Amino acid sequence: MSDGTAVRSFPVIIEPLLAELSGEGKNGIAVPSPFDAALCNGISAHTRMPELPELSEVETVRHFTRLSRLNFGIETGMYPLGSCTMKYNPKVSEEIARTIAAVHPGDETGRASVLEWLVSLKGILEEICGMDECCLWPAAGAHGELTGMLVIKQAIMKKKERRTKVLIPDTAHGTNPASCSIAGFVTVNIPSGPDGFLRAADLKDHLDKDVAALMITNPNTLGIFEQEILEIARVLHENGSYLYMDGANLNAVMGIVRPGDIGVDCMHINLHKTFGSPHGGGGPGSGPVLVKKDLAPFLPVPRIERNGSGHLVLQDDFPDSIGMIHSTYGNVAVLLKAYVFCLSLGPQGLKEASIRACLNANYLKSRLSTLFDLPYTTPTMHEFVLSDKKQKSSGVTTIDMAKALMEYGFHPPTVYFPLVVQGSIMIEPTESEPMSELKRFVGAMEDIAKKAAAAPDDLRTSPRGMPVKRVDEVWAARNLILTWKDLNPSE
Amino acid sequence: MNIPDGLYYTIDHEWAKIENGKVRMGITDYAQHELGDIVFVDLKSKGTKVDKGDSVGTIESVKAVSEVYAPLTGSITEANPDLETSPELVNQDCYGKGWMVIIAVTSTEEISGLMDAAAYKEYLAKEAK
Amino acid sequence: MSFLPTSPEDLKDLLSVIGIEDVEQLFSAIPKEARHKGPLKVEGPLDELTLRRRFQVIPLRVVFLGGGVYHHFIPAVVDSTASRQEFLTAYTPYQPEISQGTLQAMFEFQSMMAALTGMDASNASMYDGATALAEAAIMATRIKDIKRIVISRSTNPVYRFVLKTYFRNNHEVELVEVPFDPTTGKVNAGALEKLVDGSVAFFLQQPNYFGVIEDMGRVSRIAAKAGFWGVVVGEAASLGLLQPPGSFGCDVVVGEAQSFGNPANAGGPLLGFFCTKKEHIRRIPGRIVGLTRDSAGNRAFCLTLSTREQHIRREKATSNICTNEGLCALRATIYLSALGPRGLRDVAVQCAAGTRTLMSALEKKGIKPVFTGEVFNEFVIPMDTDTLKNLQGSGIACGIPIGPNYPEMKDAVLLTMTEMNTNEDIRCLTELL
Repeated sequence: MSDGTAVRSFPVIIEPLLAELSGEGKNGIAVPSPFDAALCNGISAHTRMPELPELSEVETVRHFTRLSRLNFGIETGMYPLGSCTMKYNPKVSEEIARTIAAVHPGDETGRASVLEWLVSLKGILEEICGMDECCLWPAAGAHGELTGMLVIKQAIMKKKERRTKVLIPDTAHGTNPASCSIAGFVTVNIPSGPDGFLRAADLKDHLDKDVAALMITNPNTLGIFEQEILEIARVLHENGSYLYMDGANLNAVMGIVRPGDIGVDCMHINLHKTFGSPHGGGGPGSGPVLVKKDLAPFLPVPRIERNGSGHLVLQDDFPDSIGMIHSTYGNVAVLLKAYVFCLSLGPQGLKEASIRACLNANYLKSRLSTLFDLPYTTPTMHEFVLSDKKQKSSGVTTIDMAKALMEYGFHPPTVYFPLVVQGSIMIEPTESEPMSELKRFVGAMEDIAKKAAAAPDDLRTSPRGMPVKRVDEVWAARNLILTWKDLNPSE
Repeated sequence: MNIPDGLYYTIDHEWAKIENGKVRMGITDYAQHELGDIVFVDLKSKGTKVDKGDSVGTIESVKAVSEVYAPLTGSITEANPDLETSPELVNQDCYGKGWMVIIAVTSTEEISGLMDAAAYKEYLAKEAK
Repeated sequence: MSFLPTSPEDLKDLLSVIGIEDVEQLFSAIPKEARHKGPLKVEGPLDELTLRRRFQVIPLRVVFLGGGVYHHFIPAVVDSTASRQEFLTAYTPYQPEISQGTLQAMFEFQSMMAALTGMDASNASMYDGATALAEAAIMATRIKDIKRIVISRSTNPVYRFVLKTYFRNNHEVELVEVPFDPTTGKVNAGALEKLVDGSVAFFLQQPNYFGVIEDMGRVSRIAAKAGFWGVVVGEAASLGLLQPPGSFGCDVVVGEAQSFGNPANAGGPLLGFFCTKKEHIRRIPGRIVGLTRDSAGNRAFCLTLSTREQHIRREKATSNICTNEGLCALRATIYLSALGPRGLRDVAVQCAAGTRTLMSALEKKGIKPVFTGEVFNEFVIPMDTDTLKNLQGSGIACGIPIGPNYPEMKDAVLLTMTEMNTNEDIRCLTELL
């Protein structure tokens, strides 16, 4: 083992692994058994039992309950993660999503109402985004990006053109170039202007007949609205290129700007961000793709169509489609939650959500930009970026301050992204935060700024009062223990 | 910052040492410091032909990946086997036990394009601004 | 207004600190022509009660449906524990110190999936089985010099369609389907033998789309000659009974684990999984949790091998996947913990036994399965669309018509049984036949 001896024992184990709680002969939960098990004699079954731990029901419940208490959720406190839009997850959405639990996707009767709701949701999303057609099937934002780029590639091929490049600003999320690569494009990085937004003039320098598209996020990951977007869209279209928009920051502009109105040809949105569906510790999400009508023929199948008798059916026969991108109809329960969210807010509420998201972010910016470096003075919308420049002189970096924030009962903001700012701290409070929480956050940050000057070591060793101290990611990478079997190789 | 004499240096922060007609190489103290704790090193295998500037492998910290480039043209005769189990050798002893590959060079002409210790020191000073 | 906590007093405070008089000033940087005029033309706002009344759905009571999504018994502990807000509303565990709950649960998910599939390691989930297969194929082409991806035609059609979409712009790799034996329903070994060599990446589904259990001993001997091969699992419950696919020496086992603790939900969210041999660990897509320690030496967990992923490697990443199916993986972990090995074995046995009960009942009505191959919990019978429609009208979903994707089996349906079916279901069906 690389760092001397294999450290297999630890002074403190907060919660044992299931494998460590396992005991032979413990009874789990009884399974419904209507059929005669003897009918399986003769099947080419495996003689050994599946390799799983044995726990009683109460031990299972205690284990996961204790694990949950080591987590932080939106209902614990504010999660100011920039570009993640960690807003309140409405409980009514959870309740209503449960109504479809027992519906099998192949059950045409049960599915009929669900298809009606999905058609209504499509209409709402198209209206919010100012787009003509929508595909609800991508299971996450990155999945939507890939779908959108495949659609664009198909459109280009149909025109018998050959365009291999996609331009991506330096503020882009990592999934943007990764999705382009899988779709079969080459990515070209273009720098944002000195004020944090793209200049049409800089774009023109990179434009040629080999450019398939420009991929933007608007507002961008600095929270800045791409103010030259109308000219950018114009020159792109003149060049025969498409404008793709990553809709991760849609929360800033609902009812205020519609991407379809500013020249966007194709975009995805993140329902688990803007539309309040819970993040679940890493998913499930949902990333619907929306397009203008000239790209509609290339969207995935199946598509929901109304047949002669007025019923909704799923159709596959679209020869220009890129094909299927998911085995069913996407993350239907997540789609339903987003639909409930939209219906709960209505037209006024959706716009008000964006307005308040921008208000809350600008409030925090006003109060924090005296203590922390603000790299861009350009107006920002629902999020903004600070850096650790002022604190670095005392040896305190962004990661130290992020870890310290945990001790004040906050999840840290997004750190070290976007890459254009060194030591970046991206803060997005969302509209869900009451004044009390915003003020509490400012108080915590003020305290941290004081500590950075007076007691930097406190911050460098944070978090200190939590069950788990600073986690060693280097040890994890050097030792690669990825299953509990790796922990005890002799077993 | 450790910049030993007797070695040649590249603008991408590799060092090269001429040894019995071959070139042993690795990354400099500046580079290992910038990368942070190294967790994985992936080197091209024996026999791989490389032009000057081609990748001889990648080096990873927890948060970043960097390519390592051949300072001279030739073919790889040896890759440091210790780095597979002990990547931290690059942090601890980047000019010694943390060496990466040995290249049998086709010509020594390209050496004139490399920096000596003094020139590299100056280059680092300029980079810092 | 729903979910918006700012009061009029707060509004005054916000405006004054920001230094503006009107919220409109927040948008001064936006060109006027870009501004949306007038309200959005959408419905609402609706209150909770109105919403509850609107969303009613009545699924068919007697269903024999599978084909990639399965009805299984989900113990009450799964819903109650997984819906705890600390799990439900948490973000991706990039900050390990306050995400140990999610991280340890994912480590446990990885451990159990690796054990059940007989592989060395697993990631923390993919979108679904279809995209997991597509990503496995992409991975194969990056590891070896692959010229052809060979996939059994007895693999779920939608999986093959998604694979095709992911490869539509890759002109260096050919997609080839190997036929199945029309009598047994198993992959045609002779045809497979002719196709496989070192430039081939081969995938087959086990049990296959028709529910037939493939002869893994025979297949693995042929597949060993491939440059890369993998097994795709569509019905994870089969892992409770059949020999772990990994014991046959494949490079990867990928597929769908929705059967573990996740309801059908009209199609999603699902739960793709991706398990691998240790040698490929640095090339697989998706998040991976590793065990580690904290600065005090105590045991902890964190995301690891992140340099494969999009947020670091960007266009060179192993995949573009970011958000996966985290909560669904958590539900699977709780489910497997609650059931234990005997419980999972019982589920699988009931699925297989129920299928055999249904098959006997149908045989008494003169309906024989189309394939002779031994099945797990699904099988194909001849049935025309009119009969199927009539049964649906009587409240019975008698399987999925497979003709649309297998034109040579125009009037045939795929029937599925699980422990959620009853003898009464069988009686309801046979009475009408």
